[in-house]
Amino acid sequence: MSTRAVEAWTLEPLVKFVKEAGARLVLVMTSAGQVLAQHGFSRAMDVMSAAALGAAIMASTDEIARQMQQPPFAALNHQGERHGIFLAGVMTGRGRLIALVAYDLGASSLGLVQLFFEQLATDLQAASPKDSVPKQVLAADFERELSDSLNTLFGR
Amino acid sequence: MTATAGYGQALDLITRVGGVRGAMLVSAEDGIVVAEQLMEGIKGAAVAALAASLSTRLRRAMEAAGVGASLFWHLQAEQGALLVVPTPNGILVVAVAEPDVNVGLVRLELLRAAEVVG
Repeated sequence: MSTRAVEAWTLEPLVKFVKEAGARLVLVMTSAGQVLAQHGFSRAMDVMSAAALGAAIMASTDEIARQMQQPPFAALNHQGERHGIFLAGVMTGRGRLIALVAYDLGASSLGLVQLFFEQLATDLQAASPKDSVPKQVLAADFERELSDSLNTLFGR
Repeated sequence: MTATAGYGQALDLITRVGGVRGAMLVSAEDGIVVAEQLMEGIKGAAVAALAASLSTRLRRAMEAAGVGASLFWHLQAEQGALLVVPTPNGILVVAVAEPDVNVGLVRLELLRAAEVVG
């Protein structure tokens, strides 16, 4: 399984997390769904779908928290029969990022994912460029930016 | 008595044994803490996640070996020991102890606690 990053500083923390938590699929993305790194995906379409859905879920829970006059929820876990999905936000110098983790219940567990996610968050905070202004992706550039990111993520 | 009060009493039985640094009830499937009584400095979430992961692998190994389900396991390390009794309802009763703890006594209390929990 390959791990690839659009922004190089995310690669080492992600590789370490995947190895320790036994995660099957991981996406690290911005709140807008722009993917910075991925592990385990083999098709660009899957990455785009997962990123869009993950960002939408986080946006929904953020809104629920806002309506409850609470700070945003830290993490969300959804467990199925054989797989679990863990979704959590992390503050970095690059702004708030979202990690979407899919894990196999036979190889990992919520406890392991939670445990090593704390380390991932610390490592991403430490590795992220400080005082960087998040780059705005203009509508005109969106398709090219997306295409460039997917090419990097899949080594094209 | 509520379930959680019962869990507290079960953990009390274990932590009263000399040399025990803490006791926990852990969800075997999820590796998350259900209840805990730990001395300061013990990372409960880490112990729970790793104990559950180890328990899953041990269960598979024992099934493959055809020796049936695990009833008790004891992991001895240089600076401490981990003692675990799995219950039929998917809870692990876990004790974190000093390396020279009376293992027999802790095992007895873990089994008693497992009866309360399971």
